[in-house]
Amino acid sequence: MILKHFHKLNHISQILLSEMSGLKLHGAWVSPFVFRVKWALKLKGIPFEYIEEDLYNKSKMLLHYNPIHKKVPVLVHGGKPICESMLIIEYIEETWPQNPLLPNDPYEKALARFWVKFADDKGPAVFKVYKSRGEELEKAKEESLEILRTVEKHGLGDKKFFGGEEIGIVDIAFGWMVHWLGAMEEVGGVKLLESDEFPRLHAWINNFKEVHVIKENLPDHHDLVAHLKVLRERLLGQSSS
Amino acid sequence: MSESRDVKVLGVWASPFVMRARIALNLKQVSYDFLQETSFLTEKSELLLKSNPIHKKVPVLIHNEKPICESLVIVEYIDDVWTSAPSIFPCHPHDRAIARFWAAYIDEKWFPSMKGISTAQGKGAKKAAIDQVIEGLVLLEEAFVKSSKGKPFFGGEQIGYLDIALGCFLAWLRVSEKMHGVKLLDQAKTPGLVKWAERFCEDPAVKGVMPETDKLLEFAKILFAKMRANLPK
Repeated sequence: MILKHFHKLNHISQILLSEMSGLKLHGAWVSPFVFRVKWALKLKGIPFEYIEEDLYNKSKMLLHYNPIHKKVPVLVHGGKPICESMLIIEYIEETWPQNPLLPNDPYEKALARFWVKFADDKGPAVFKVYKSRGEELEKAKEESLEILRTVEKHGLGDKKFFGGEEIGIVDIAFGWMVHWLGAMEEVGGVKLLESDEFPRLHAWINNFKEVHVIKENLPDHHDLVAHLKVLRERLLGQSSS
Repeated sequence: MSESRDVKVLGVWASPFVMRARIALNLKQVSYDFLQETSFLTEKSELLLKSNPIHKKVPVLIHNEKPICESLVIVEYIDDVWTSAPSIFPCHPHDRAIARFWAAYIDEKWFPSMKGISTAQGKGAKKAAIDQVIEGLVLLEEAFVKSSKGKPFFGGEQIGYLDIALGCFLAWLRVSEKMHGVKLLDQAKTPGLVKWAERFCEDPAVKGVMPETDKLLEFAKILFAKMRANLPK
């Protein structure tokens, strides 16, 4: 009973604090892009109000804030919207510099931004595996393996995280590899990330999932798989096996 | 000026993305060696393959022997390193976010639609592709009006990040207009951008770097012929 009140009070105080910081995050529970922003805000200890959007019935506010792409996430700060997940994180980094997600050194920063762009550009290619079949699936598998091999070979080196000893912006950008890739592999009936071919990425995934903020903020695996199955059926038709 | 000791740009004169790096260095008055890939269409140099093993693309900025890849990452790096010269990025985080948003839109949506004009098969598809490019320019016109607040450039009094991100395509835009007999940047729909384009091309940081339209047109004809020849039958 006391615990229930505690949670309610904690929730109310979060809303009050977020009113003061004027931060709202429009998101959808399935989206790895939304989680990127959630992780960044929580890693910096910034309170915010979260608004769940129904992607099949988007709110007027969302369409007003993001008329060009009509997508989540959108961060609204003091009434002003910022769109595109990694751009939102750059904004967060510049506005709340505590617990920095980007390195200080300009060259290291440029390297980080290079990998952020890679993660952003190549993610959608890997996502194809859950919504393809036949020849298209084979092609998607090949492309995805190439992408993963590049990250395995060139991205991590011997570091624990892309950010070094602590997670940083690149780790956040690759967050889709952590929960979503596994769910997509399951739904697509493929196995991409074999541990013997990708020892570094495997180790990184395990380390990343253990970081407190990440552990506490991941979608439920079964719900994610179920949702992706529905999406796959919608895209490929009922005979989706 | 110890920072300018060793600055090289790997690129080709025709590439708008390479132009971004050169304009940014020019704005900061940083001298650099421009190392041109001479057989770019057929063979990439050892230095390029070594400096950008992942994408094998230009531009690459090599500063004190260290390579930086991706044109907009390079522009941001230049702004971070050479801080005493005029700022390329806006000051306020929200303005920076808007500039980044439109630069991403240009690269992810608008530039592909430009390429779409050349690859469109048939009159109907070509017209649709052209309409898409113009629609994008109308959006960018609105962005220009909001961003410039009556001043000459997206960045205000001086060329900034978003000016560089869009302005680098002006020569190719003119080539497209000549090749397909259309007006893409148009006084009626995008009056602000028409004037902005003239100012951008006249800027000292841009003048030596923006290719002449006729030279680029000749290059484009050769390039497209080669691409058509390489298409699978």
